[in-house]
Amino acid sequence: MKKKDYSNGLPDPSGFKEEILKKYPGKVAKKRAKAMVVNDPGESREIMANVRTIPGIITQRGCTYAGCKGVVLGPTRDIINITHGPIGCGFYSWLTRRNQTKPAEGEDNYMPYAFSTDMQDENIVFGGEQKLKTAIREAYEIFKPRAISIFSTCPVGLIGDDVHSVAREMKAELGINIFGFSCEGYRGVSQSAGHHIANNGIFKHVVGNADRERTGKFQVNLMGEYNIGGDAFEIERLFEEIGVTLLSTYSGNSTVESFAYSHTADLNMVMCHRSINYIAEMMEEKYGVPWIKVNFIGAESTAKSLRKLADYFGDEELKAKVEEVIGREMVKVKKVAEEVRPKVEGKLAMMFVGGSRAHHYQDLFKELGIRTVSAGYEFAHRDDYEGREVLPNIKVDADTRNIEDLEVTKDEEHFREDLVAKKAKLEKNGYAFKDYKGMMPEMAKNALVVDDVNHWETEKLIEFYKPDIFCAGIKEKYVVQKYGVPLKQLHSYDYGGPYAAFGGAVNFYKEMERMLATSIWKLLDAPWKHEPEIVGSISIEA
Amino acid sequence: MILRHTTKEVKERKALTVNPAKTCQPIGAMYAALGVHGCLPHSHGSQGCCSYHRSTLTRHYKEPVMASTSSFTEGSSVFGGQANLLQAIDNIFGIYDPDIIAIHSTCLSETIGDDLGQIVGKARDDGKIPEGKHVVQASTPSYVGSHVTGYANMLEAFVKYFSYNTDEKIRQVNLLSGWVEPSDMREIKRIAGMMDIRTVLLPDTSDVLDTPMTGKYEMYPKGGTTVEEIVSMGNSMKTLAMGEWCSQKAAIMLDNKCKVPFSLTDIPVGLKATDRFVQALSAAGKVSIPEIITEERGRLIDVITDMHQYFYGKRVALWGDPDTLLPLVEFLVDIDMKPVYIVSGTPGKSFEKRMAEILEEKVPEAKFKNGPNADMFLMHQWIKNQPVDMLIGNTYGKYIARDEGIPFVRLGFPILDRVGHSYFPTVGYQGAIRILEKILGAIMDKQDAMAPEESFELVM
Repeated sequence: MKKKDYSNGLPDPSGFKEEILKKYPGKVAKKRAKAMVVNDPGESREIMANVRTIPGIITQRGCTYAGCKGVVLGPTRDIINITHGPIGCGFYSWLTRRNQTKPAEGEDNYMPYAFSTDMQDENIVFGGEQKLKTAIREAYEIFKPRAISIFSTCPVGLIGDDVHSVAREMKAELGINIFGFSCEGYRGVSQSAGHHIANNGIFKHVVGNADRERTGKFQVNLMGEYNIGGDAFEIERLFEEIGVTLLSTYSGNSTVESFAYSHTADLNMVMCHRSINYIAEMMEEKYGVPWIKVNFIGAESTAKSLRKLADYFGDEELKAKVEEVIGREMVKVKKVAEEVRPKVEGKLAMMFVGGSRAHHYQDLFKELGIRTVSAGYEFAHRDDYEGREVLPNIKVDADTRNIEDLEVTKDEEHFREDLVAKKAKLEKNGYAFKDYKGMMPEMAKNALVVDDVNHWETEKLIEFYKPDIFCAGIKEKYVVQKYGVPLKQLHSYDYGGPYAAFGGAVNFYKEMERMLATSIWKLLDAPWKHEPEIVGSISIEA
Repeated sequence: MILRHTTKEVKERKALTVNPAKTCQPIGAMYAALGVHGCLPHSHGSQGCCSYHRSTLTRHYKEPVMASTSSFTEGSSVFGGQANLLQAIDNIFGIYDPDIIAIHSTCLSETIGDDLGQIVGKARDDGKIPEGKHVVQASTPSYVGSHVTGYANMLEAFVKYFSYNTDEKIRQVNLLSGWVEPSDMREIKRIAGMMDIRTVLLPDTSDVLDTPMTGKYEMYPKGGTTVEEIVSMGNSMKTLAMGEWCSQKAAIMLDNKCKVPFSLTDIPVGLKATDRFVQALSAAGKVSIPEIITEERGRLIDVITDMHQYFYGKRVALWGDPDTLLPLVEFLVDIDMKPVYIVSGTPGKSFEKRMAEILEEKVPEAKFKNGPNADMFLMHQWIKNQPVDMLIGNTYGKYIARDEGIPFVRLGFPILDRVGHSYFPTVGYQGAIRILEKILGAIMDKQDAMAPEESFELVM
């Protein structure tokens, strides 16, 4: 494919957008037009996001169950997560996300197991509550876990099984924490609804259940970091070195035990805004713990996030330690970046993934001089594109209204007035809390932003931009690669990584070198493709 | 230990499945539909179903797997999914232009009682199905059977919709394939080709899920059984159904609808199942078995005798699907291995009966179980009580293999952690040699890794 030269800026893709829409039936075109925005970082442009995918459209999106079980609670190791439903949902969410976890010898780890009630037709007809109760009793008998949670699949709500009452009854009977989620697949327009439901459930049933003596001068939680390929391990190592105590991560390499006392932190640091901001918000309301948006994807972003953390505590020793670590790590990072950059600079990337990754990874690409020409999320909301300032203007539709918004009140006993005062003081000096500007202000003028990209649009985007690298997930991977364009999975990292923090940035640079500087894609054409065909007969002469 | 909570003590479970040896119907329907040319599978349910199935199939085949969904929301779950499906059909033909949409249901649409036939009928009446295009539907509730059941239901739906007896007998044999890899389907066609029998293979995922890299993505690759071929199955002389669970329903449908008689045979895995398949093929096509096939068989026997010393008496645990497990277990018994533990989450009474027949004489100590509570957790517990020398099954066995230090051969679905398996057949005599090579390789790798230095050998 002949490459495009965008060194003087990106072309206005408005005409291209029209060309994409032309293929759609009228209603579809009208709807998709609002989900595709030609970016202008100088002015805010509204994008349509977090709305239903049109039936029949080949979407990247999954369901509410996937978001609730798979994303938020799946990475937590000391709880038995029972899927209440037919076998499929439990099977597909069994170990298929790369949430690494590191239990100590003898500690609980149920993540390698799939637990399901495997509902049969008689359970659909006569109800599945009895089977669920029996399953919980059996799980308790065999494993003696500290907690059990129940995830509802599609039929559960429809047949009227009340997982919450079963949970209450079993909790009373067995004396361990048991709670359920109404996360039936159809509840929302994407995984996002499941994230919200999981946030609510964890906050209601776990957070605040235990107190913990302070063990460090600076106690924080890391939120929205799922330890794909060991990302959280990289960040944990940094925190340890600078002397910051990580109480709990939501939810990579995590335990429900740590969620229970996570309200005793001094600060919540939010990585993936989309999946976890609810808990951060609720924790601030109930306990006074403020939150900041951070990003540990990209070396510069990591440095910025560490400095923001140090500034929050305002401790000189901590600040010095942070600078020392940044200084030392940046030398290593820059060395590799300088080696790789000349080989990949000016290449074009596009990324359609997740609820934060399509934004965060642009930072990493920028560090190598790779230009993002088009990007979008799979299940994010407008605030993830345009920034949190649009929150008051987001129309609450029926699908959003379906999901409970928890009533949170101040916990007088545990409320941290000191943190509220600290926050006020810092804010006066220009320090930004719960501040997320979203993807669009940081993208180039004329970049095409596409929410919930689908198969047809993917094909057209490849044809139009001829990208050097495409980032998405497993369902898109081989489609895109058939075009001769390498695809990097940003859900599973193609089983590589970690890519977070400084060490992760180095890994990613090297991965980009492998993917972009390789010549394997040039082997595509057979040597005889452009040769004239040999006609005539072959005769063997003696 | 990764599976640190798996105990030796087996407590009876009535309701809790742990580490299943099956998944749900719709994914099987999706896989079967991919084996029909120009067909787009459609999942009538929540988005997650379609996403999960496409992801799992893609991870296994490392190839594009396209399918669409009715994207149910709360409203459609309450009021029914008709509006979603009608809109989906309209959009799919308008945007993705397949020849066929193969709709399968899900637990959601089945629970709310959507009648696919009625909705498709309405789509037809409303003119939403363009001239010359087809919409086929199969009912595949996830709470009945397993992924294998869904595969069988989709196959049945295809022949029910397309196959037609015009009273002109064609000298042709229908081959209904069990759930095997694209390479296996290619191999089945090669075997039939060697016998010079005209066949129609349904489904046929070769050249669909193993397409070459060309620099251009083809949404509907050249492979897959064509509509004309499926139509013509109604005029064939005979049907060979490979595997009771996967293909018997479609065979019965062809018999009832088109009066094409069938014989039920196993998926040709291993020696005797391939023998039976070749013989059935010869009888159906009324041709004698050519010498080249006898020679292939002879090579397999030769390899078995070369390797036999390493197989003899080795205890094996297996999990997977009945149609593959039955001939595979039979094969292991034939080479003097001892398949001692076998589980399949797929229900069906003949599993126990046939396993008993295969095992009673040579491996009377074997334990086998199928259906809802037969899972990998139970099998692992059996292993904890009395160890095995070898594991054979899908990727999920790797945790047991590592914890217990047992050589492991990946066979079945899904294989998520190795690339290339879908390119080499395990059916037929050649495929059997490949199975043996894999088994022996795994055993020897362990021997090499564990042998004391003084007994570490060059020649084995």
